[in-house]
Amino acid sequence: MRFEYFQLIDRIVDLDLGNRTIRTQASVPIASTIFEGHFPGFPLMPGVLLLESMAQASGWLIIGVTGFSRMPFLAAFNQAKLRAFVKPGDTLEVAAAVNHEGSGFARTKAEIRHDGKLVCNAEITFRVVEFPNQEFRQHMEKAAAALAFPMQQLAQGRVDHD
Amino acid sequence: MSSTFDAVANIIAETCDIPRETIKPESHAINDLGIDSLDFLDVAFAIDKAFGIKMPLEQWTQEVNEGKATTEQYFVMKNLCAHIDGLVAAKGA
Repeated sequence: MRFEYFQLIDRIVDLDLGNRTIRTQASVPIASTIFEGHFPGFPLMPGVLLLESMAQASGWLIIGVTGFSRMPFLAAFNQAKLRAFVKPGDTLEVAAAVNHEGSGFARTKAEIRHDGKLVCNAEITFRVVEFPNQEFRQHMEKAAAALAFPMQQLAQGRVDHD
Repeated sequence: MSSTFDAVANIIAETCDIPRETIKPESHAINDLGIDSLDFLDVAFAIDKAFGIKMPLEQWTQEVNEGKATTEQYFVMKNLCAHIDGLVAAKGA
């Protein structure tokens, strides 16, 4: 995770376009100014950042499902539940599945696990639109490459990183 | 259309917290019921799921924006339900 760039996903572990699922990995930094305030003497990963992590994993999934042709923008969380504390240094598995792909929107079911234990989950709605401009799309392609997003294999329908 | 109307009206009432009795076939989902675009995503999600369809919201919006259609054609309840019936029929054809 790179809080300062709002990049909360570190790596795409598996993108399954057939089943419309994604698994990603995200490691909470050991140190961050965020933990100085949240909370002094008891550092915790803020819940809103856990929600954002699920949104980002879901977003990459939707980008994959649409063949990198459209951009999802966060619209709503439903049934969001924060079930356990997440601490500095924790390595998280952030996963999502497309629940519904509508016209101009999509909804996912997402969750985060730590050591196999469910720490939070939600249903997330996105507006899905064409990339606003080419510069933005190129930025997203660059960000995707840094996450090991399987751009070259999108057409095959299923991608694994073992 | 009647059963479709009842199903859609129930979805809107539950999703948008609108009293069921205020939702009429002549009600305009946006102008009369006050459903905004974000709430309509929830409504569309529920309708898509309930009827097993994918309402072409982007196409409808584009037609309205280009002046080829009016919002009344798609968002007055009785018209919306007629479109839903058409999509369901097309799915089964």
